[in-house]
Amino acid sequence: MISYIIRRTLMAIPLLFGITILSFAIVQAAPGGPTSMMMDPTMKPSDREKFEEKYGLNDPVHIQYIKWLGNMVKGDFGDSLIKRGTPVSELIMNRLPNTLILMIASTILAAVIAIPFGIYSAMRPYTKADNAITITSFLGVATPNFWFGLLLIMFLSVKLGWFPTGGVATLNADFSIWDRLHHLILPAIVLATADMAALTRYTRSSMLEVLHQDYIRTAKSKGFKEKRVVLKHGLRNGLIPIITIFGLMLPSFIGGAAITEKVFAWPGIGQLFIDSAFQRDYPVIMALTVVSAVFVVIGNLLADILYAIFDPRIEY
Amino acid sequence: MSQTNPEISQSELELNPNLKAKPETLSKIFLRKFMKNKLAVVGAVFLILVIVASTLASFISPYSFDQVNLMHKLHPPSADYWLGTDRYGRDIFTRLLYGGQISLMVAFGSVIGALIIGVSIGALAGYFGGIIDAILMRLVDIVISIPSIFLLITIVTIFKPSISNLIIVFALTSWTSTARLVRGEFLSLRSREFVLASKTIGTKSHRIIFGHILPNAMGPIIVAATLLVGSVILAEAGLSYLGLGIQPPFASWGNMLQDAQNYTVMLTAPWYPIFPGLLILLTVLSFNFVGDGLRDALDPKSIE
Repeated sequence: MISYIIRRTLMAIPLLFGITILSFAIVQAAPGGPTSMMMDPTMKPSDREKFEEKYGLNDPVHIQYIKWLGNMVKGDFGDSLIKRGTPVSELIMNRLPNTLILMIASTILAAVIAIPFGIYSAMRPYTKADNAITITSFLGVATPNFWFGLLLIMFLSVKLGWFPTGGVATLNADFSIWDRLHHLILPAIVLATADMAALTRYTRSSMLEVLHQDYIRTAKSKGFKEKRVVLKHGLRNGLIPIITIFGLMLPSFIGGAAITEKVFAWPGIGQLFIDSAFQRDYPVIMALTVVSAVFVVIGNLLADILYAIFDPRIEY
Repeated sequence: MSQTNPEISQSELELNPNLKAKPETLSKIFLRKFMKNKLAVVGAVFLILVIVASTLASFISPYSFDQVNLMHKLHPPSADYWLGTDRYGRDIFTRLLYGGQISLMVAFGSVIGALIIGVSIGALAGYFGGIIDAILMRLVDIVISIPSIFLLITIVTIFKPSISNLIIVFALTSWTSTARLVRGEFLSLRSREFVLASKTIGTKSHRIIFGHILPNAMGPIIVAATLLVGSVILAEAGLSYLGLGIQPPFASWGNMLQDAQNYTVMLTAPWYPIFPGLLILLTVLSFNFVGDGLRDALDPKSIE
């Protein structure tokens, strides 16, 4: 097991290299290069040289890449081009907690609702309840999340005034958990919708497969109650594939978080990314692309390791 | 007797009179299985309706998509304006039709592009295996690891969001699932007898790939492509909502929503944000239903 974990971790390293090369290459492809917008067109040639010297723009591309990568490994993502002098890492660290709170809240919400519905669907397949759950989850997958967010804001916030229209907390108010939760509810629901729907369908099909196994029939024929058979015998095996699904859903989840943050003016890294893209703040764009991809890689790594721990049938 | 199948003996016919009929053709079997899935049929009908209506937009609607009429701005749905008008007095129904042309064109174009990239890479990786497979699959891993919305936003802000650029960008970010799927199909098909037989008689690799293996992998590819159209429509809407998609005055379903998200608009004209979103929802839902129906209908192993 230990050797598998080490092997699996080592496999992630070339992947991370590839991710940094891709992020670097896209930004380099910008017409005029990533720093062209910082240069004043009326700049004197001598100033331009100084500028290029300062930012290392005279170095060949691969040297620039290695310098950038080397600094990044040390935790230095450079400075923001827009907010002069502010390190990118500081911008990210200021926003990261908000994004994590939103993502954790909606993951919990999605799991708490989707898994029981998926199990219930699998216990009573092709009944009215199962069909209703299936169609609802189809709807959840097909709903544009930003539109769902806009509708919630329109009806629940603007018309009825039940929820704030955006932000993490009431401006200029003292910190209170209730206020935070009040702001968190709508964005968490919106972000959770698509994943809730997908998770319900995966749970259903995974449980359906397990419930047809011989050992389930054996347990039933021994006279155990259905509830106990499903929850105790079935669930243990039925939920293992869900770990992988969580890992696979991570990229779209992070992307969904970015748009949700924009809709609810939630000051997280997704909104930081969108704003930076509009302002062509390339150091921030590159850093956030790499950071989000690293999250995905680590998430998948954890999912694989957890799978290996929970599924004793697999030998490594 | 001329109608009966000569390979069936008289005694068999007596036992099972159904054998008298000619065997069904593949397309008939496909159609019969597909028609059994009611949701898929409803989805297909809706999609045909949307596609035909968008294509014939200029014949259906008396208005043009950019005809500003400030006297009638934010007009509620009525006999003149079926779904109301927007902030500039433009007819929303008309803009939805014209927006459909663009949104569907971007979606279909992107999926065709993604299929070309994904099928090529998946076929090469699955057919040749070894080092080629290892390298191509690491490439897939890299692209999958970066949340595609980040790639989309970065590329679109660098290069202008024209229709062709959007198609290229979506194709470049959505080919990975197809590549993985095709690779898997090729891995399982390449060691089958009919492929080995072609290899033995010296058929060239490209003929085996395109002539023998690919046709057998078409079912899953068609299903995946159908589902991909839905997800590209959603992604395009998201990007347009951020102001990074098709630019006004041209309409797309996403950029109509961007225009509608103003709170005062929402309060005075709730129909404006509702209809474009509803159309996106129904279209994506239909593509997913049809994809689901195709999955069963194209699977030769599925029980009828």
